[in-house]
Amino acid sequence: MSALNIKKGATSHSAYELRDPHAEVIETHTLAVLVDNESGVLARVIGLFSGRGYNIESLTVAEVDHKGHLSRITIVTRGTPQVIEQIKAQLARLVPVHEVHDLTVEGPAVQRELALFKVVGTGDHRVEALRLADIFRANVVDSTLESFVFEITGTAEKIDAFADLMRPLGLREIARTGIAALARGA
Amino acid sequence: MTKQMTGARMVVQALKDQGVEVVFGYPGGAVLPIYDEIFQQNDIRHILVRHEQGAVHMAEGYARSTGKPGVVLVTSGPGATNAVTGMTDALLDSIPIVVLTGQVPTFLIGTDAFQEADTVGITRACTKHNWLVKETDRLAETIHQAFHVATQGRPGPVLIDIPKDVQFATGTYTEPAQARTGHYQPKVKGDRPAIEALAALIEQAERPIFYTGGGVINSGPEASRLLRELVDATGFPITSTLMGLGAYPGSGKNWLGMLGMHGLYEANLAMHDCDLMIAVGARFDDRITGRIPDFSPGSKKAHIDIDPSSINKVIHADIPIVGDVTEVLRELLEIWTARGRKTNRAPLERWWGRIAEWKQVNCLSFRNSDKVIKPQYALQRLEALTKGYDRYITTEVGQHQMWAAQFLHFDDPNRWMTSGGLGTMGYGLPASIGAQIAHPDALVINVAGEASWLMNMQEMGTAVQFRAPVKQFILNNERLGMVRQWQQLLHGERYSQSWSEALPDFVKLAEAFGCKGIKVDHPGDLDDAIREMIAYDGPVVMDVLVEKHENCFPMIPSGKPHNEMLLGEVSTEGAITGAGAALV
Ligand SMILES: Cc1ncc(C[n+]2csc(CCOP(=O)(O)OP(=O)(O)O)c2C)c(N)n1
Ligand SMILES: [Mg+2]
Repeated sequence: MSALNIKKGATSHSAYELRDPHAEVIETHTLAVLVDNESGVLARVIGLFSGRGYNIESLTVAEVDHKGHLSRITIVTRGTPQVIEQIKAQLARLVPVHEVHDLTVEGPAVQRELALFKVVGTGDHRVEALRLADIFRANVVDSTLESFVFEITGTAEKIDAFADLMRPLGLREIARTGIAALARGA
Repeated sequence: MTKQMTGARMVVQALKDQGVEVVFGYPGGAVLPIYDEIFQQNDIRHILVRHEQGAVHMAEGYARSTGKPGVVLVTSGPGATNAVTGMTDALLDSIPIVVLTGQVPTFLIGTDAFQEADTVGITRACTKHNWLVKETDRLAETIHQAFHVATQGRPGPVLIDIPKDVQFATGTYTEPAQARTGHYQPKVKGDRPAIEALAALIEQAERPIFYTGGGVINSGPEASRLLRELVDATGFPITSTLMGLGAYPGSGKNWLGMLGMHGLYEANLAMHDCDLMIAVGARFDDRITGRIPDFSPGSKKAHIDIDPSSINKVIHADIPIVGDVTEVLRELLEIWTARGRKTNRAPLERWWGRIAEWKQVNCLSFRNSDKVIKPQYALQRLEALTKGYDRYITTEVGQHQMWAAQFLHFDDPNRWMTSGGLGTMGYGLPASIGAQIAHPDALVINVAGEASWLMNMQEMGTAVQFRAPVKQFILNNERLGMVRQWQQLLHGERYSQSWSEALPDFVKLAEAFGCKGIKVDHPGDLDDAIREMIAYDGPVVMDVLVEKHENCFPMIPSGKPHNEMLLGEVSTEGAITGAGAALV
């Protein structure tokens, strides 16, 4: 940590995030990026990641402030502490970017993802799928005599676990939204 | 009061309101309405180039030699794609450039229309920001925003793509003061506790060094003035990157010369052995650091930069200071002065003693000849004979560029223009024209290699047309000299494609363009030839036939630390290991 007593923050002070630069551990971070909702802004963010060789594990984007023309991009990325700091600094210097928040270090945050699962089967498999869906609090949003579409929300891990269980029961297709995240508290 | 006008007129009006005096450009179908407006006014001068890449490099030369943004106007499709190299060059060297491109009409976008290219898509990665303007009402504001973005914070190129129907349509003009420059307000004031911590280190340092870069020059003349005051008052040694030459005078007493791959022995060793490194507007490029784990292993590093992403990108900064160099240096001087302007005298004196020993190596020495012109000698003579002049130097890319950086001295900022980050052959000739347009009475010289020069030689036509008396000082070794040097040192002397075959007769070529050509191949004739070049009232192409196989030393081979430098006349066998050979 910094010997200097410098205010830490996400956007303008990201260079002061003095964690051990030599640490080679790979960390997963969830970043919330507030951007002008203008054409090309997503391409700019994605281009930054591909151009500089950074990872994107999950990315979601939608307008969150219609009047202010602002969109929120939530990115889950992986890298060493130094790379994560670079990613934040590089994002922050894009002209349409207003704020960059690292939800992983800025305190507790809630993360949710929504997924749709199509499971095809009859007999015991069908009964078992319905029973597991109930345990996972997944809703049935479509059903035929030999298929269900389940809707599930939760952390990425919960959705992964549900997928693992559904696979032997006739899982055909999955559609996932990617992660949305917010800091806890006021 | 709202002003109604066409988009095309808005472009010209907005440029005027931004104080633009010169535009470098080339017309075509998608910008004809703007050219029509340019025809009907006299405030903005248009320099007709011969290739759009030339326009951007001219704008760079103009920008770097004046500190003002350079402006480029080109057509859609091929006009825009030809400008891509120049924009990438400006991005890597942080040069403020505003590029206006024409685009097919909005209703044809996406149809593969004639001369349609996805210009904002193509240039997203080579601009600081770009815009496609779809409504005439938004055009003027966007242009004002573009100037703001190009010049604020870390400068860089921006592009505005303007469809032809937007140029024809009428809309409301937005004055510069009314334009929303929004949230893009980079931080310019450094954090005080960090600056105080640096001041404390300055008091204690035993082996300090200033390592400065192009950011000092970008910050403006006041930054150079403050730097000089600080360096002279502390008595610390100073070195600079290729991009930073001139911020501290080359004749200054604390000057160690350039550092880096072809930097001076004393500068690189002082960087390696220092205990306090004060990096100012420099970005720890791989040409500077060499092997990262061996880079100045025993020093505390303070890093002053306006771009937060430059800090801790390559080298860990113990004291990061995000801010404009001028602001930070002013505050640093204030704080250090308030604390009594102390330094650690005795160890500092011993440090200078060690530096004096390194200087004795005389790393730039070369074996001169009375039969062939050595490139180093040619530059020594150029330096001696142009010393008293109001002089601007540009370069191409290669050995000649490094020799120019080593042998020419700059006592002021904004006098030295070279392609540092991108290393763009073909930069120097157009850049010299841009600098000359900005400084019509100055002596502007492009130190060139014959191969680089050919890449944009068509711009001699521009020089002649606009009476830009640029001097093209071509160090002609009939080789892609820098490539040849690497092949000699790294690739078993297999000289693959590094000859300049079938070279033109440069004197005849000069004459064909309507300028003067001079050829010199004997050391004894060199001085007279240089004098003739300077004296001639117009553009000159001077073909200086130099030693063909001279190598540029010192050299830190890729993948080697600073203290394993190759010096001239020493055996270079086994200099570069397999891993180093993979680096460029
Ligand atoms: C556009 C471009 N293409 C290729 C290169 C790679 N390159 C670097 S130096 C060089 C040779 C330059 O030859 P010349 O201009 O004659 O200069 P010299 O090294 O001989 O002084 C080449 C090919 C480059 N820097 N830029
Ligand atoms: Mg050459």
